[in-house]
Amino acid sequence: MSSTLALGKRRVSLELRQFFRDRESALFNFALPMILLVIFGSVFADQEVGFEDVTFAQYFLAGMIASGILYTSFQNLAIAIPMERDDATLKRLQGLPMPKASYFIGKAGMVFIAYVVQVIVLLIVGVLFYGVNLPDTATKWFTFAWVSVLGLLSCTLLGIAFSVVPKQGKGASAIVAPIVLVLQFTSGVFFVFNQLPSWMQTFASLFPLKWLTQAMRYVFLPEGAEVIEVGGAWNLGMCALVLGIWTIAGFFIALKVFRWSARGQD
Amino acid sequence: MNAIEVRDLYKKYGDVRAVDGVTFDVRAGECLALLGPNGAGKTTTTEILEGYRHADSGTVQVLGTDPQTGGLSWRARLGIVLQADRDLGELTVRESVRHFAGYFANPRDPEEVIAAVGLEAKASARNSKLSGGQRRRLDVALGIIGRPEMLFLDEPTTGFDPEARREFWTLIEQLKSEGTTILLTTHYLDEAERLADRVAVIARGRIVACDTPSQIGNRSNATAVVSWAEGGVERSESTSEPTAFVRALAERLGGEIPELAVQRPTLEDTYLSLLAEEGES
Repeated sequence: MSSTLALGKRRVSLELRQFFRDRESALFNFALPMILLVIFGSVFADQEVGFEDVTFAQYFLAGMIASGILYTSFQNLAIAIPMERDDATLKRLQGLPMPKASYFIGKAGMVFIAYVVQVIVLLIVGVLFYGVNLPDTATKWFTFAWVSVLGLLSCTLLGIAFSVVPKQGKGASAIVAPIVLVLQFTSGVFFVFNQLPSWMQTFASLFPLKWLTQAMRYVFLPEGAEVIEVGGAWNLGMCALVLGIWTIAGFFIALKVFRWSARGQD
Repeated sequence: MNAIEVRDLYKKYGDVRAVDGVTFDVRAGECLALLGPNGAGKTTTTEILEGYRHADSGTVQVLGTDPQTGGLSWRARLGIVLQADRDLGELTVRESVRHFAGYFANPRDPEEVIAAVGLEAKASARNSKLSGGQRRRLDVALGIIGRPEMLFLDEPTTGFDPEARREFWTLIEQLKSEGTTILLTTHYLDEAERLADRVAVIARGRIVACDTPSQIGNRSNATAVVSWAEGGVERSESTSEPTAFVRALAERLGGEIPELAVQRPTLEDTYLSLLAEEGES
């Protein structure tokens, strides 16, 4: 067990180096929320969202932090793992005296650290340029922490599970990116959620991102802003429930479907 | 003591019999070369031994263990040189070798391994910037870093220039002298002749010959070709008694025979005629 963890740690540092050195993954999974924040924050800087003087930039920051969870975990892994299956990374690892769990510890650790760095940068930009206020109560910070962890966990497991869908590493981003984009459009990232058609709201409620954006708005918008949420409440209990279900489902699906080699290669 | 024992191994892909009843041993400390055309079943056989693929039937033991049930302590005794050239691209040579050393209890010194494969000058280069031959040498470095008892070399010198190939052979001979058992697949007959204690020729999923490089395919008893020049004309003669033939020739021509050469069939000649017998070429 100790060697599983020790090797897992070594893999975290290796994964991080590869993540940040690969321009495509660093841009697509790490830098994108910052770029989008600057663009949307600037274009819609003063547009109001229906509560006091909360601006769209502030609303959008919550959506970008939630998207960051999806980018660094689900999108990152669902694209990177099929590529690793193609370029023999996984084959090489299979041939080593490495507990399989160390590989997943490496992935999860990389996802977690990449997200933390991403959030810090997003918050610095948000506070300096877009009038975002950091949470002022311990409860909000605690919520920020558990929502982030549960969101990362569920979306990491789902990314690992989804990695069996792309048949080739090359085409993986063309399959994964549109899914992430549709979820963003329907989950209150690019548009204010309570202004979306109700069928779209219902659709989005089935997936983690809608609940992540909502919880992040609880953390970063002022007291009373729940009046612009559907049902006029933050609904954090439901957020925990949906993320919890996806975590458990993701775990069992990943366990069942994960492949170290391409189909027909065994 | 055998490091590898393969008995009646079969593996089909759909209707294609990739491995069609293969039996062979590799003795501990021996280097066995698997030769054969593409699609003959070399890679499938090797990958079953490495634990990557399931056999349909037959028994396989590698270091006394069935590869399908071998745990991490068994894996730690193997070294696998893959044919991969795109993974680990964002890392440097040194980072890769050091990282892989971390999976083993008693690895070789990473700097020594980098030097042994001749990559000192490239130690700080990104793997994606290496040439084809340099990249193969990195794969070899990653395969031997864990001090394996059993080393699988799958076409290790593809893309090497002649000098690099000779350096690589010296490295492999050193590993052999330290007692490493080696299963080598290669397309280069000179490589097999230099490194292998025995060669096994595989065609259409079957082993058609298995012997030392000098004995295989009855090579040592095969007719030799004597060639010489006589009156400005190149002449040659096939004979099973070259010594007697040359003596007679010397008497007839009286003294030195111009441009005399006696040639035994090369391993390549023997290999090609074995394949021809199998209807492979």
